[in-house]
Amino acid sequence: MQVQLRIRRYNPEKDKSAYWGEYTLNDANSNDSVLDLLHRVKWEIDGTLALRRSCAHGVCGSDAMRINGANGLACKTLVARLAEKGSSTVKIQIEPILGLKVLKDLIVDMDPFFEHYKSVQPFFINDTPAPENGRERLQSIEDRARFDDTTKCILCAACTTSCPTFWANGRYVGPAAIVQAHRFIFDSRDNGASERLQVVGDTFGVWRCRTVFNCTNACPREIEVTRAIAEVKAALVSGEL
Amino acid sequence: MAKVQTHTFDAVIVGAGGAGLMAALYASKGANVAVLSKLYPTRSHTGAAQGGIGAALGNSEEDHWEWHAYDTVKGSDYLADQDAVDVLCKEAIDTVIELELMGLPFDRFPDGSISQRRFGGHTNNDTGKPVTRACHAADRTGHMILQTLYQQCIKNNVNFYDEFHVVDLIRVDDTVRGVVAIEIATGEFHIFHSKAVLFATGGWGRCWEVTSNAHSLTGDGPAICLRRGIPLEDMEFFQFHPTGIYKLGILITEGVRGEGGVLINGEGERFMAKPEYAPNIKDLASRDVVSRAIYLEVMAGRGINGKNYVHLDITPETVNRYFEEEGSERRIDRAYIEAKLPDIADFTRTYLGVDPVTEPMPVQPTAHYGMGGIPTDIDGCVVLDSSNKVLPGMYAAGETACVSVHGANRLGTNSLVDLVVFGRRTGVHMASFCQETALLPLPENAADEVMASFEAMLKTEKGIKPHELRKAMQTTMTANVSVFRTEETMSKAMKDLAELRADFQNVVVEDKGKQFNSDLLETWELGCLLELAEVTAVSALARPESRGAHARDDFPDRNDEEWLRHSFCHKEGDSYRLDYKPVTLGRYEPKPRVY
Ligand SMILES: Cc1cc2nc3c(=O)[nH]c(=O)nc-3n(C[C@H](O)[C@H](O)[C@H](O)COP(=O)(O)OP(=O)(O)OC[C@H]3O[C@@H](n4cnc5c(N)ncnc54)[C@H](O)[C@@H]3O)c2cc1C
Ligand code: SF4
Ligand code: FES
Repeated sequence: MQVQLRIRRYNPEKDKSAYWGEYTLNDANSNDSVLDLLHRVKWEIDGTLALRRSCAHGVCGSDAMRINGANGLACKTLVARLAEKGSSTVKIQIEPILGLKVLKDLIVDMDPFFEHYKSVQPFFINDTPAPENGRERLQSIEDRARFDDTTKCILCAACTTSCPTFWANGRYVGPAAIVQAHRFIFDSRDNGASERLQVVGDTFGVWRCRTVFNCTNACPREIEVTRAIAEVKAALVSGEL
Repeated sequence: MAKVQTHTFDAVIVGAGGAGLMAALYASKGANVAVLSKLYPTRSHTGAAQGGIGAALGNSEEDHWEWHAYDTVKGSDYLADQDAVDVLCKEAIDTVIELELMGLPFDRFPDGSISQRRFGGHTNNDTGKPVTRACHAADRTGHMILQTLYQQCIKNNVNFYDEFHVVDLIRVDDTVRGVVAIEIATGEFHIFHSKAVLFATGGWGRCWEVTSNAHSLTGDGPAICLRRGIPLEDMEFFQFHPTGIYKLGILITEGVRGEGGVLINGEGERFMAKPEYAPNIKDLASRDVVSRAIYLEVMAGRGINGKNYVHLDITPETVNRYFEEEGSERRIDRAYIEAKLPDIADFTRTYLGVDPVTEPMPVQPTAHYGMGGIPTDIDGCVVLDSSNKVLPGMYAAGETACVSVHGANRLGTNSLVDLVVFGRRTGVHMASFCQETALLPLPENAADEVMASFEAMLKTEKGIKPHELRKAMQTTMTANVSVFRTEETMSKAMKDLAELRADFQNVVVEDKGKQFNSDLLETWELGCLLELAEVTAVSALARPESRGAHARDDFPDRNDEEWLRHSFCHKEGDSYRLDYKPVTLGRYEPKPRVY
């Protein structure tokens, strides 16, 4: 099938402003991923196209982008999903994720994103002595299941950069950081919940969330992001985990 | 030449996967350390590891680290060094406990202990039956390890230089003085001046067409070593994992078979049970054995619809039937599959439109793991030759290193163990090395040579596209240096690769800019891959026997008399020289390998 790609291009060394680059690939396959298509453009047509990618199967979080107006991983978005039924031509528009500064083509500055991530103390806190028998801490299957969903996060930023609150104010910690906080707050082995709740309960924390659900829809790991945020809100209100 | 920024540290760690991060945690306890990574740390391919990390915790049944050691040695086809294997399997236990104490969310057994499952080649040594040894967090164990180690690094304020691409090692005679890196965002060259350097740069599966490896796994560390006079060990041994998604190569963890999944050929047979393959542990035989079986089935016309793939079946219907036949009480259902193999289910649904709960998955062997690499001792110290002469201050760990604990074929779950066990040991050794050693001066113009080579690459205006060369390399490696090889195929590969190396002189980088010039860096990576492909072919052609992942049609037997030894491939000018060192044996005498 034929794919008509419109890619948002910007090279800070050459371009005054961003523009649309248009590329046509005539023999695309319906199970090609958008990453496959971008590789073809880069490798066969224009070597200057810049994007981040690594694993090519949705586990490293490198290639979140805006595809036909919705955030997703290029490597996990197949042409078939973007094609209209019965049509032999597919139009795909690709832009960098929104709300972070574009550095070149599809590459954005991830530093603010990782700063928010670090602000929630995304690491295990438990200063009590380890079990004396030299073995692991025990955790029940139910306690482990309590935070399973949020352990899946690959820090791709698809959620945070789909959030209108974040677009409006980049100081909002954003869904991804709250997901990380959730992963530890609801881990029965962790003792750092109160410090984390303080951070996410702050002016630029969870209360900025307007429950738009964009984050949940954007998450390539199918994490129920909005729900995680709601659970953190509930913990803040009730003081209970 | 342009000005180069210089940074000074005690130690520089190149790579932020499991091995680099574990080493960083330990090295930073006693030294001033910088971690350089061409990817954001959490993008490292350790995050793709699925099935589990092996350790004889014995949480659900009897197990011993000595059993783990025996399985590892047998799996290695007796090429692993048994002293190193003992370290691996003994220390596996407390490093896994350590990971749990760092907060790693392992799955749990009902008693709250770490959940363990079966994996290929891991057995109860008394009965020969599969044993539950693979500690796991669903089918995203590597993701959890990578996240947990990165989190700990943040907690401990480790210095990261994210998106710094290391392109050279500064070596003066038998000392190292640091590395040269390109800051990807600006294209500027930086020198990191240090007492010690660790390469933890991962694998090089991108030499082949169908692979489970990320695009970024291009063997940069080993290639730089080769250029700086450090040999590579056992490069003829590259593992093809039996179950990659057909055509795409995306891995389907052995955990699927650990949970009861079976391989089925075009005639509906569970072929691994045939007497010529692995009648005892069947689908859970070592990877080399299973990959060869799939290949042979396909060659005999018994692929699915006569094509070059077979089915991996985890549907409850099939699995429970075999459980029943074997007199096992176990049964699985949809909920169990969704809980234990969620990511696998997601991959096959996304990329194949196949629901593994109701349909079998099409699979074929996929290039997966380099057993060989930069030669080290059990503390990660790099050795320069077959007499084990150490290059002080130079370290390697993880997939990039060859200790050797995997010998000719790695067992599943043993890479993750390798990362944390030898990552830790290396970090500890580096810290004490840095405390005992003074910083040696930087040679003048230390970055000039590599900068000139980049400039030359940018100058070429007309010639061949990097992508065409890469494709040609992957095609010849897949056809000629794959699951099976012969003198004829390997010689063909050598000839092709020599031509490609010549063509590489005329490769055209279209992007002449500085910022995020991935065209340039990918082309440089291609140069690394070409070199490693050649070393693989050279080392393989020189070994006239079949052992582990190195299976030769023209020499089908293992030859312990002459070939129970490790190869060292040195680069000298434009040619390669091989020498060999004996395997360190121990408790386990080489015997024929049957599963
Ligand atoms: C799909 C898949 C599933 C697997 N499942 C399992 C499993 O279940 N159990 C198991 O034991 N093993 C498994 N393995 C194997 C195991 O995951 C890998 O061997 C291991 O994770 C490699 O870790 P590493 O730290 O050596 O390198 P990686 O995690 O690959 O990291 C390499 C690092 O080096 C950096 N780097 C590379 N080159 C440069 C450069 N030039 N400059 C700067 N930085 C550089 C990268 O940015 C990255 O940070 C699996 C492998 C794959 C591919
Ligand atoms: S929650 Fe989902 S969308 Fe957000 S960063 Fe994590 S994986 Fe990406
Ligand atoms: S390339 Fe890794 S998530 Fe897409």
